[in-house]
Amino acid sequence: MAYNKRFDGRKFDETRPIAARVGVIPEADGSAMFSIGNTVAYAAVYGPRELHPKFLQNPQSGLLRCRYNMMPFSGAGSRVKPGGGRRAKEISVVTEKALLPVLNLDEFPNAVVDVFIELPQTDAGTRCAGITAAAMALADAGLTMKDLVSSVSVGRVDDKIMVDLSYKEESYEGEVADIPIAMIPGTGEISLLQMDGKISREELQTALELGRKACLQIYEVQKSALKEKFGVGGKIG
Amino acid sequence: MVKLGDSFREHVLSYLDAGVRFDGRKLDEFRPISVEYGISHNAEGSARVTVGSTHVLAGVKMAVEKPYPDTPADGNLMINAELLPLSSSVFESGPPSDEAIEVSRIIDRGIRESKVIDTKKLCIIPKEEVWSVMIDICTINVHGNLIDASALASVAALTSAKLPGYEGKVVKYDELTDKGIPLAASLLPVVVTVFKIGKHLIVDPLPEEESVADARISAAVLEDGSIVALQKGGGLPVTAQEIDSMLGLAQAKAGDLRKLLSGKKLK
Repeated sequence: MAYNKRFDGRKFDETRPIAARVGVIPEADGSAMFSIGNTVAYAAVYGPRELHPKFLQNPQSGLLRCRYNMMPFSGAGSRVKPGGGRRAKEISVVTEKALLPVLNLDEFPNAVVDVFIELPQTDAGTRCAGITAAAMALADAGLTMKDLVSSVSVGRVDDKIMVDLSYKEESYEGEVADIPIAMIPGTGEISLLQMDGKISREELQTALELGRKACLQIYEVQKSALKEKFGVGGKIG
Repeated sequence: MVKLGDSFREHVLSYLDAGVRFDGRKLDEFRPISVEYGISHNAEGSARVTVGSTHVLAGVKMAVEKPYPDTPADGNLMINAELLPLSSSVFESGPPSDEAIEVSRIIDRGIRESKVIDTKKLCIIPKEEVWSVMIDICTINVHGNLIDASALASVAALTSAKLPGYEGKVVKYDELTDKGIPLAASLLPVVVTVFKIGKHLIVDPLPEEESVADARISAAVLEDGSIVALQKGGGLPVTAQEIDSMLGLAQAKAGDLRKLLSGKKLK
């Protein structure tokens, strides 16, 4: 088997169409929407606010708490039971780790910054879309940040290395590696790395390079969405 | 819920006495409402409703399940509201709150008692296989009047739903048929909640108005004006005469909201 042409006709280094908007949830302190193909993520930030239960409070620093959730009707196939399982919990944890390096919560002892990520519609790449939306929402909330975080999946389908796998590609019968990554665009450092599947070290480097370029494109979209809300003359970018 | 003192209540009342709300609306006036269909492609039906800045999504998922023993030849219906912590600082993660359960129960009663769904037609093999209709409401931004917005989104999602294929005991979610859920348009329930503040009745409250309201009544209304579900909320009791005025207002407003659903043709 050879995967020579992508199901949706994209080039191997091409993401699906992307769109971003900031300030979509007025009740939140910061919010954003990010879509890549048919995957749509909303993110809302509440805080810094008092952390309950109190024993979790850290007098040295604020805490970042992320919650990733797929809406019950968002997935392919049958209904997703609400409440979140082990998968959602794990994604919430890696999302925190992906975002934390760009934040400085030392100025908010005993407080929490809550990030809620919700997916109304999914077609693979949901954790990456969530992280990308969350980074914009954190900036919208006015938190001090070293940089944004941009995230996309890379991977391998048969012998082809590509960026932003769709659900159909993830569930391809041949060999598939699915590698969600998140990047801090200013330094090129990677703050999320996971993989399902099999890949060689050389192939991974090729994939990461494709991912880096895609993240830089996503970064531009994130910045323009923020500028659109705050005005082009703002300090961002 | 925003907690504000008596002086704030007096402030709200002084506005209502003058016949105006603090966002400039009349007492019986809704904020602008939008209904958008097909907002989630993996759902069998879905809709987005905004009422002012209140923003909710509803999605329908279908499954083939065993019927309940007391209704062996009827499809099942389930309605669930997820008051997401994303949508307001007052919502928390975890099991459904009292408010979430109340919202979903009001809408459940409205849809069930209206008999808008011909549940007999959702039967595949009596006692063994029927279609289950599962509606999930998810809140994106909650800024007043959650019940009415959620009910409108649920009904809109229901009207847009298509049955998936079903072959060899397998539901083909990626092959939707062109068959909708069997519905009777005139029986679509529209929920309007009327709030009482002092001697005034208002609809579509802001959170500040909800916080000082004495009582509320949610009514699910059909096209002919008949009422198929009721729920009184709020801390103070109401008189029979007040109930009558509140339902009169609910009926009138339900007619307006119903027009927003007519954009969708029923099969």
